[in-house]
Amino acid sequence: MPEAPVTVSPAPVVGMITLKANLAAPAIASAIKLATGIAIPGPRRILSDGAVSLMWMAPDELLVLCPVAEVPARLSRLSDTLGSAPHLAADVSDARVIFDVTGQGWREVLAKLTPADMHPDVFVAGELRRSRLAQIPAGFWMEGAGSVRVMVFRSVAQYAEDLLRNAVDQTGRIEFFNTP
Amino acid sequence: MTGQRLDTGGRLIDRNKRLRFRFNDRWLTGYAGDTLASALIANGRTLVGRSFKYHRPRGIVASGAEEPNALVGLGRGARFEPNQRATITELFEGLTAESQNHWPSLEADIGAVNGALSKVFPAGFYYKTFIHPRPLWKHLFEPVIRRAAGLGKAPKMADADRYEHFYAHCDTLVAGGGVAGLAAALAAAEAGKRVIVLEQSSAWGGRAPVDGGAVAGTPVEAWVAETLAALRAMPNVHLRARTMVAGVYDHGYVIGYERVGDHDPAVGGPRHRLWRIRAEEIVAATGAIERPLSFAGNDIPGVMLASAVRDYVVNYGAAPGARTVVVTNNDDAYRTALALKRAGLAVPAILDARPKVTGALPAAARQAGLSIRTGAAVARIKGARGVIGVEVCDQDGSGAVKDELACDCVAMSGGWSPAVHLWSHTGGKLIWDDARAFFRPDPARPPVGANGAPSVRVVGAAAGYLHLGDILAGGETPDEAPLAPVWLMPAGAEIAKKAKMFVDFQNDVKVTDVELAAQEGYESVEHTKRYTTLGMATDQGKLSNVNGLAILSDALGQPIPATGTTTFRPPYSPISMGAIAGEARGDLFQPIRRTPMHARHEAAGAVWEPVGQWRRPYCFVRAGESKDAAVAREIRTTRNAVGMLDASTLGKLLVQGPDAGRLLDMLYTGKMSTLAEGRCRYGLMCSENGFLIDDGVVARLGPDTFLCHTTTGGADRIHAHMEEWIQTEWWDWQVYTANLTEHYAQVAVVGPQARRVLETLGGMDLSAEALPFMHWAEGTLGGIPARVFRISFSGELSYEVAVPAGHGPAFWDAVATAGAPYGITPYGTEALHVMRAEKGFIMIGDETDGTVIPQDLGLTWAISKKKDDYLGKRAQARSHMADPDRWQLVGLETLDGSVLPDGSYAVADGMNANGQANVEGRVTSTYHSPTLGRGIAMGLVHRGPDRMGEVLSFNRVDGGRIKARIVSPVFYDPEGEKQNA
Repeated sequence: MPEAPVTVSPAPVVGMITLKANLAAPAIASAIKLATGIAIPGPRRILSDGAVSLMWMAPDELLVLCPVAEVPARLSRLSDTLGSAPHLAADVSDARVIFDVTGQGWREVLAKLTPADMHPDVFVAGELRRSRLAQIPAGFWMEGAGSVRVMVFRSVAQYAEDLLRNAVDQTGRIEFFNTP
Repeated sequence: MTGQRLDTGGRLIDRNKRLRFRFNDRWLTGYAGDTLASALIANGRTLVGRSFKYHRPRGIVASGAEEPNALVGLGRGARFEPNQRATITELFEGLTAESQNHWPSLEADIGAVNGALSKVFPAGFYYKTFIHPRPLWKHLFEPVIRRAAGLGKAPKMADADRYEHFYAHCDTLVAGGGVAGLAAALAAAEAGKRVIVLEQSSAWGGRAPVDGGAVAGTPVEAWVAETLAALRAMPNVHLRARTMVAGVYDHGYVIGYERVGDHDPAVGGPRHRLWRIRAEEIVAATGAIERPLSFAGNDIPGVMLASAVRDYVVNYGAAPGARTVVVTNNDDAYRTALALKRAGLAVPAILDARPKVTGALPAAARQAGLSIRTGAAVARIKGARGVIGVEVCDQDGSGAVKDELACDCVAMSGGWSPAVHLWSHTGGKLIWDDARAFFRPDPARPPVGANGAPSVRVVGAAAGYLHLGDILAGGETPDEAPLAPVWLMPAGAEIAKKAKMFVDFQNDVKVTDVELAAQEGYESVEHTKRYTTLGMATDQGKLSNVNGLAILSDALGQPIPATGTTTFRPPYSPISMGAIAGEARGDLFQPIRRTPMHARHEAAGAVWEPVGQWRRPYCFVRAGESKDAAVAREIRTTRNAVGMLDASTLGKLLVQGPDAGRLLDMLYTGKMSTLAEGRCRYGLMCSENGFLIDDGVVARLGPDTFLCHTTTGGADRIHAHMEEWIQTEWWDWQVYTANLTEHYAQVAVVGPQARRVLETLGGMDLSAEALPFMHWAEGTLGGIPARVFRISFSGELSYEVAVPAGHGPAFWDAVATAGAPYGITPYGTEALHVMRAEKGFIMIGDETDGTVIPQDLGLTWAISKKKDDYLGKRAQARSHMADPDRWQLVGLETLDGSVLPDGSYAVADGMNANGQANVEGRVTSTYHSPTLGRGIAMGLVHRGPDRMGEVLSFNRVDGGRIKARIVSPVFYDPEGEKQNA
């Protein structure tokens, strides 16, 4: 059976909240857990519970993914639970766009564009890799075994989509990674 | 030379697959598996090019990447590429190649007259001859030299092919798929490492299958096949043929150059792939390169490296000649004699420069009935466009001819040089091995990585181990006797002979050129290289390097290690520009940042202006309208009715935390901590040196929350500036920042009718009472969540409305619809610039250039006197910063109403020390103002504000002068009645 080509498509729109605070403080960790239901992920990790995910972006920064409609409520929940603890929480739902890159060979497509190691032993489910795709910053994480989600800033969405499609279009697999 | 295809043999070709190809104007045939070089040899094509300087006839010398002569222009039209090595160009059906540097034809080349004049083209000829008179260089010498010298033609069309990069990571990267490389790969793979093996050619095994030998009784070719099979079966190993390691860099970074489609353009996909590899360990198994011998006429077509001759016979069944004289200083070349004999070709003699020849290979040659002449040398090659014979002499002597041998090919070997390039790229040092007469990697001085450990390991011939027994346990090859170093043949050759001995074939550098350089005082090998151009051609001295520096050492009377080598730099051999660019061409050349309303602007006839990576509309041209007319219309409509501007690119930085006000008080010259919630304030940011770096409006969103607007170009830079201060100096302050630029679309609605337009949308009270100038409010407009800032960069009644970026296009449309009854127009950056200049507002990058402080711009009102400190405060107190003689901002009005040239200087009396006119000011912004119907400008003028009404004289490019009067920079509505309406 011929291999299905890798496809690039916009992922469903999702709400996003940037949260900056002292993530090392236990009180803040429990406040975030209380507000989102998810513990703070370790460096370069994404943790999910249902429709909500927490992404570790930096030592003092998380990105909350949730349904768009829940953003205002979750923002106020966060500010309630965090109370007077210094923090920044902002709706950034429109700042980024996400693409789904699906199909066997997605690792190769990404490895044409990012210096991050896409080897299946290294880039595994649960990892959020913030790196570069050609000339732009991007974040990506696995969505099941056969798909990767790629997040870029809105202003370069067209470039990112063109870039991914161009990488897909090149004929022939390199077969560098010994897994789908 | 009468090259021909042999009836049998050729381990790499498939005689069942014939391929047609074209060389110059002739269609020829070859076989699948041929290189262009082997196919040309099989077709008897001896002459393949003309040399760089003297246009001497040149033939194929080598069989690999080291080839200096057989460079061709490959392909046609959009697939034409010059300087391609025939020796590594795999043949495919329909291949088209042309020889280079010939005119009018390869066979009858007019430039060959240069050769007759070679006495007037000595080393450093260009430097010596074409210095004076100076103007002649540009107009006469250079154009003529450029036509006469040089190799390939530049392509004339855009490249039709595609290229890509590929990032890979591994524990062990092995460069070279010969026996040593495969053995190293197997060892690493068996130890569980992630291994990548890159081989530059299409065949595995390196020289071993041709040169022979055995491993524990098994023929080495079988060992290669077994080892390859074992490696292929291991999931942790990736083997890649046709992929050359081009360079080794710091931190285990390796560039691999894969020629994916060169061997068969029909397969599609990228033509080349650039591998960008991070390796924990790099193993250089790059083999060795045979050296030519320096004898008179060694560049005549038909004189080849001995190893290349047997490669063509064994690998391709292509015989370079019917009668081949072998000339050598070592045992290895006897392999060529034996291979030729086995193929049924004549070997009239083996000329061995050594007085005694004792090794096993010579013994085998003797046994095969070959004639060996010891202590013998080539006095001269006979022939012009091809070898017709060899004059034989003694190596010890000046070249008295003893006899002649008729032949059509000469196989020469001056010994071997390890390919040390990858070891050397990151600083590995070499040691001269006197016994074996080559430079090899010095194990005591390897290249080291960040941790101080050796970063490259070198194995096999590249390390100096030329024999199978030294490379592999169980490797068996005949014992070889030591070579005798031969740098000149014969040893006592006179100058007439030396003037015909070529060291660098591609750049036409002869023994006499190197000696002349030494005589003229060039002692450093690096200087000699540049003076003579030795080793500077596209082959980067792969054949000429060691011979050249040995001759230089001899001329300088010093041992070879005292001379040393030139520097080995990546790439190992040239790689395509396309591979380097990868996908970055056409639409993907650079990321273009688009605002949410980009498509709307495109449809509305936007003329784009790049602002960093953003594209912003410069103006919106209507049918039949010029750009100037469009700008004037946009301004008039905005001033008289209403206009709309996409301001989404402006930086929007959120600053939040108990110390937010404290931070902003330090970053801005003004006091932001006292700003009331709901209010906006214009602020200036300076560097520590006091210079103005950005400006913008700050809005206080809450007790601990501010939104800082930056310039378009400042968004990322100022965010980084904030984070740098927070993270490195004020790390204990409780404040966080976030760059929200991309989250919002921002639309400025500007002009006397702006309020009415937004009121039509409905949802918020935007009256002068509810939302006065420099206030902001949040609500919904036309059902879209909006934050409305009442700020003005035009001097008009103006609202900047931020909506979530996803709502941007809908909001833009809603404003356009609501504004239609008022004649609303979108306007671009040029109208924005003109309107702000009419109002005397500064623009970062126009009025500032990194040397301007706010005080120069009359902005002292925006500098708080109540604060103890802010970034730049102390610098601004320095004597030169506080000097009243600094140039300061004024308006400028030409007396005749014309527009001052941009960047024009105000010329003062007298001359400076350099004989230039003194100046007393310069134009920073200059426009035609449609509002005022005349040219307006701003400029920085010596003591400008004290000189109102004075007339200055500004220069023009054509040498003329324009008179302009110093006026207030505020040309429009100085009282601010409009923006406050």
